[in-house]
Parts: sequence; C-alpha cells; structure tokens
Amino acid sequence: MTHAAPPPRMSAPLLARTIAAWLVTLVIFFPLGWLVATAFKTELQAISVPPLFVWKPTLENFAEVQDRSNYLLFAANSLITSVVSTLLGLALAAPAAYSMAFFRGSRTRGVLMWMLSTKMMPAVGALVPIYVLAQTTGLLDTRLLLTIIFTLSNLPIMVWMLYSHFKDIPHEILEAARMDGASLWQEFRRVLLPLVLGGLASTGLLCLVLAWNEAFWSLNLTSAKAGTLAGLIASYSSPEGLFWAKLSAASLLAIAPIVVIGWFSQKQLVQGLTFGAVK
Amino acid sequence: MKRLVPRMLLVPAVGTLFLWMIVPLAMTIYFSLVSYNLMEPGDHEFVGIDNFAFFLTDPSFYVAIGNTLLLLGSVVVITVLSGIFMALLIDQPFPGRGIVRVLLISPFFVMPTVNALMWKHMMMNPIYGVLAQVWEVFGAKPIDWMTDHPLFSVILMVAWQWLPFATLIFMTALQSMNREQLEASRMDGATYLQQVRYLYLPHLGRSIAVVIMIEAIFLMSVFAEIFTTTGGGPGDASTNVAFLIFKEALLNFDVGVASAGALFAVVLANIAAIFLIRLVGKNLDR
Repeated sequence: MTHAAPPPRMSAPLLARTIAAWLVTLVIFFPLGWLVATAFKTELQAISVPPLFVWKPTLENFAEVQDRSNYLLFAANSLITSVVSTLLGLALAAPAAYSMAFFRGSRTRGVLMWMLSTKMMPAVGALVPIYVLAQTTGLLDTRLLLTIIFTLSNLPIMVWMLYSHFKDIPHEILEAARMDGASLWQEFRRVLLPLVLGGLASTGLLCLVLAWNEAFWSLNLTSAKAGTLAGLIASYSSPEGLFWAKLSAASLLAIAPIVVIGWFSQKQLVQGLTFGAVK
Repeated sequence: MKRLVPRMLLVPAVGTLFLWMIVPLAMTIYFSLVSYNLMEPGDHEFVGIDNFAFFLTDPSFYVAIGNTLLLLGSVVVITVLSGIFMALLIDQPFPGRGIVRVLLISPFFVMPTVNALMWKHMMMNPIYGVLAQVWEVFGAKPIDWMTDHPLFSVILMVAWQWLPFATLIFMTALQSMNREQLEASRMDGATYLQQVRYLYLPHLGRSIAVVIMIEAIFLMSVFAEIFTTTGGGPGDASTNVAFLIFKEALLNFDVGVASAGALFAVVLANIAAIFLIRLVGKNLDR
C-alpha cells in the first residue's frame, strides 16, 4: 500500500490570504448564488423566514416561466438580435480594421479616435430622435430596429478590437503573398483569415455578451413583440406579486449562457472595453 | 487602385457610424429649438431657448445632477478601492484561485435588469429579503431600502456590477509588475505596506485612471437599474439625468424639453470622454 504524500503545509500568511480571499469572494458572489438556489425552490420556500439552506430542489419554476410569459419568444428575440447584430457588426468592422491596420494613412489615427468618441455618447442623448424615427417608420417594437441599434452601438468596439488584433500580424507575411501574385481577395481568404480567426471569434463573443445584456434600448423601444429577455425580466418588477422563484428561474435561464461565455472572454473584455489602454 | 480598395473597405463602417452620430445629433438640436409634444399634433413652432430654459429651471434637474454625480462618484470610489484590494488579494497563487477568479468576475455578465430585481426582491425586501434576516440576527430593525435609501440601493447594485470590472483591470495590470523589483525591495527589508505604497500603487496609476474614466462614461447614464427598481422615486430621490430625460420624452411626451436635456447630457459625457480619448491616443502612438 502506498501512502499519499502529506499535503504541503501552508504558511501562516498564505493561509490568512486564502481565507480572506475566499471569504470576500463568497460574500460578493452570494446574491448570484442565492438567485440560482431560489430558482430551484417553491414560491413558499423562496420567501421562507429564516432563509432555507437545505431543501428538495424542484424544477417546476422553469416550466411555469414558459407558461406564464411565453419565455421562448423573448429568448428567441434576444438570440436573434444579438447574434445577427454581432455578425453584421463583424462584416462591417473587419474590412475597416483590415484597411486601417495594413494600409495605415495619415488619417487612420483620426478615424480611430473619432470612432472611439462616438461610443462615448450617452445612449440617452439619442433616445428622442431614435424613438421618433422608429415611430414614423413603424419600426417600433421590431427585431430589425433593435438589431440595427445593437450593431451600430457595438461597431466602434469591434473596429478597435479587430484593429489591435490585425496590427500584431507581421506585414511581411502579406508582402510575401503579394509577391507570389495573390490578389487582395486571395490574400484575405488564404493568408489573413486563418491568422485572424481567433480575433474575430473573441471580438464576436464580447459583442454577443454586450448585445445580450443591453437594457436601455430594449426597454425603451420594444415590448410584447420584439422584447428581449432583459425586458421580460423587468416585467417582474411589480411589488405585489411575490414570484421570486419564477423570477429566479427566468433570470437564471437569461444569464447562465452569457455568464459562461463571459468567463471565457475575460481578456477580450479588458481589451475591448478599455480600447487597448490596459494590457 | 492600390489606394482605392483600402479606402472602399473603410466606407461601410465609417459611413454607418457617421449617420449613427450625425442624424440623431442634428435631430436633437432641431427638436431642442422647437415646441414638440408627441401628444399634440401640429406644426413645430420655433421657440428658441425656451426648452433649455424650462429644463434648466426645473428643480428636478438640479436634484438629478446631484444624484448623477453622487451615484457616479460613490460607485467609482467603491469599485476602485475594493478593486485594488481584491486584485492585490488574489495576485499571488493560493488554493482555489482559479475558482475565485471565475466567481468574482461573474456579476459583470449579469444583465442589469436581473441584477436590479435580484437586489430589490431577494436581498433588500424589508420582510423576506436576506439583508433583513441578517439585520434581525443582530437585533437591528430591518431597513426598507427602496423607500428610505433609494439612491444608496441603486449605488449598491451598480457597484456590485462594476466591481468585477475594476478588479479584472487591476488584476491584468498587476501581471506586468516587475517581479525582480519586488523581490529586491523585499530583500532590502520593505514591508508589504511599503511595497503597496511605493511599487504597486504607482504601477496601477494608469489603469486606475482608465477605470475611472470608463466608469464615468457608462455610469453617467445608469438607466435600467433605476427603471426596474425605484422608478426614479420616491419623488426625485433616485432620478439621475438620464432617467429625467427619459421621463420628459416617454412619460411626458415632451420631445423639445427632452432634447434640450439630451444635449446637456452629451456635453456632460464629453467632459469625461476628452480625458479618456487623450489617454488612449497616447497609447496608440507607441
């Protein structure tokens, strides 16, 4: 029989730091953990005093959320608007970023800074005109409108992220391809695309997260037809109805996929939201 | 030809962004100068600066400015200080560091409406909420957060959401610390606090500035948290400038006044933006 090696002894400062870090983390994470727990309780258990920490989990909330509020429609709206706006944004941003990274001109810097400045406009500044435009064109409460707005509001971040990816690709590779007589399209398709696929994916993921979680435009421009999950959850805000378990179940379904994607796009988040100012 | 193609590739992105910026801006400027209510059909009469005068003399406006700055300032202070603390705490390896990172970062990916309702109901409800239960354990009278401390409640929610962002930025910045310098200072007998004061904090200076400015831009127009929890109330107690403009536009249907307010918000945001753009611009030249 072999004996397992005794666990390495922790030094006192390390032990203290470990305990402190875990304690603070658990406090910060607690509300989210509690939300997950409540999603698997009955409505009575959800408001029990004192709070229940041990119970028999139930799945009934998840079924009821669909019956009560047509959850799937809102989920579909969220999915369609965020995915389509991300793809559209990539299609617009990639050529621009490519052009600026590889054919740097005297105005490139100005264009980049100008794009950044459009992202700094507060959304509420454009609320009135966008609302009036949407009303006159009959686009109010449509997925099309929301998709367009998500695309445009994420476009500067996408151009910036892709630009910083493209900038790191050595020009010599493209020069070599050009020497060998590759056309611009071939150069893009055969040489560049394989190199930037990772950058495109991470940019896309971040913008997916941002579009999925977007609340300002969804709350103001959509309701029953094109409403997203952010809007559906907001409809649970009534003070009288204590439907905490259903609220939690609906919330859990709305955030789970995106939180998981978020874990994987931490680095891109830092890069994208700070426009490369922190590396 | 060689120069034309790259330019053409720029056109779609630049063109759409230009429209996205200029059309709303031009419309907002026009609306701010006319009398325009969505409920009153008819000509839009030119009224000069009346809308601005109305917006600026509304007592709610000054309350909203105060609330905006208080909300922004508090969240920035809370997240920067706790963010630095958290980043230093988990900078060195310890058992479970990977899991801690994942748990810590999660709140940032929770959509604002979920964040708001989770706090409003499950945490802050004065009878059944977790905080009320904790208060009772200590023999204190539970607080009716939404009624008695509406703005503070919103601050708490927003800070909870943005703490991971600050922590993540500081964590990233700490990874580029000069380890040899740290080691050398330790050899020379520097205490941890001295290291924090003379090595860590100066190193973080730039990222602190970035966090402050980015939070300033996003938090100037906090909306969903207020919309879903307090509705700006009671009274104007938790109304910020963004919410006030929303109320003028979509609750009072006064497009003219809302546009005047919107121009004001744009100016406010630009003050923070100028500094950030300078900082990022410097980075671009390297």
